[in-house]
Amino acid sequence: MKGRTIGRHFRESFKSLGRNGWMTFASISAVAVTLLLVGSFIVVMMNLNKMADNIENDVEIKVVADPAASDEAVEKLQSKVEKIDGIASVDFASREEELDKVIKSYGKELSLYKQSNPLGDALYVKAADPHNTAAIAKEIDTYEYTAEVVYGAGKVEKLFNVVKISRNVGLILILALLFTAMFLISNTIRLTIIARGREIEIMKLVGATNNFVRIPFILEGAWLGIIGSIIPMTAIAVAYQQIHAYWQPKLVNEMFQLLDPIPFIIQVDGLLLFMGVFIGVWGSLMSVRKFLKV
Amino acid sequence: MIKMKNVYKKYSNGVVAANGINIDIDRGEFVYVVGPSGAGKSTFIKMMYREELPTSGQIFIDGTDLSSLKNKQIPYLRRQVGVVFQDFKLLPKLNVYENVAFALEVIEAAPSEIRKKVTDVLALVGLSQKARMFPNELSGGEQQRVSIARSIVNEPKLVIADEPTGNLDPDTSLGIMNIFEKINNRGTTIIMATHNKDIVNSIRHRVLLVEGGMITRDEYEGEYSYEG
Repeated sequence: MKGRTIGRHFRESFKSLGRNGWMTFASISAVAVTLLLVGSFIVVMMNLNKMADNIENDVEIKVVADPAASDEAVEKLQSKVEKIDGIASVDFASREEELDKVIKSYGKELSLYKQSNPLGDALYVKAADPHNTAAIAKEIDTYEYTAEVVYGAGKVEKLFNVVKISRNVGLILILALLFTAMFLISNTIRLTIIARGREIEIMKLVGATNNFVRIPFILEGAWLGIIGSIIPMTAIAVAYQQIHAYWQPKLVNEMFQLLDPIPFIIQVDGLLLFMGVFIGVWGSLMSVRKFLKV
Repeated sequence: MIKMKNVYKKYSNGVVAANGINIDIDRGEFVYVVGPSGAGKSTFIKMMYREELPTSGQIFIDGTDLSSLKNKQIPYLRRQVGVVFQDFKLLPKLNVYENVAFALEVIEAAPSEIRKKVTDVLALVGLSQKARMFPNELSGGEQQRVSIARSIVNEPKLVIADEPTGNLDPDTSLGIMNIFEKINNRGTTIIMATHNKDIVNSIRHRVLLVEGGMITRDEYEGEYSYEG
């Protein structure tokens, strides 16, 4: 293909946006609205996902040592636990510290126990992958000098299940929305192209090759995608930054943290732009194909 | 230039539009195709630029067998053949100049060449003054002349016209015929399907009568008349 032909295709694609004003407007609106939906949904889902991660990472095993065990025995136990595969951290808390915690939670009356502390030393264990928590807890339970191994058995499994389901549901919803978006947008583009079926027919009858007919339409689809995605991209970037600036300071100590705007917004916007262009080009290609058989 | 051998065409709805056509047309000929409506004239013509493919038989244009032509090669065949449509088939959003230039842009001609050829051909069909007007601002005869200009602007060896004077008054029709004569005198082969008796009988050329999908009469300097 010659350089000036490529130039012609670019010019044609721009001209055609103007000539088919209302159809252009309809396509761009369809892209903008659906991508705004998809984008907002992705933002919400990604933040929920982060919250789920935080919750999962918060799961820990509390190993209470036998109160009768000597300091050496507890140290031995700790080093043994640290050697287990897939352990992220082991924190030691002495029996005195444990008692202080209890007193803090349940009231000063319990300070009486300071004279004869019934508690044992404790180890707080975190698994590198939270899903291995149960197995690791079981393993530790077989060791000597352990009085109790607690990790919220049952509850943790349930939590993981809920998180897993909500992640899958979110993914399915995003895919469904994407599918709807592709359908809606390519249908709108199809209408604009059907209105120009005659133009394509004439081009073919005067000897245009398929690519010569196709390329301006593909470019036009790409412009529709780009222009249509600018609106949701801007809206999401601005809105998310506002929300983040307003809420994040209030959530400092909570388990639920918003994702930092950078690079999160750039990733979401990049994805939206890609989807816009892809859907635009794909819609054009599918619609033109039918008319090329002259 | 054009050779058809035992061409048979049956549409999917069962209509047989060509029932064993054999014909030879030489380079530079001017041929009228006449016959009643629905006799197969349009199919006969459409098969020459491969808008329709015969069910069986062979068609050669300038030595190329159209039935063995791949889809990718069709555009290159159509560049050798200028087609004038009864319904003009102009692009409503392009002006006269752009409509004609379109046929050259499609074949990636140089801009300077496009300018020169379009200017020349618009002068030939007498539309130089109306180059900037849009199709809906023109009369039927003028639109037909634009369509003719577009079909001949890249100097095809063959021009096919399907009832080019179909909706035009006698004077305008004569004007159109003058253009075809001029093109023919330059050596271009012309195939013209028509119902216009006056023209066929006054401007004498070879006449093919198509009836029931067959060529029932083939006469040089022939007359229009047919029974039925």
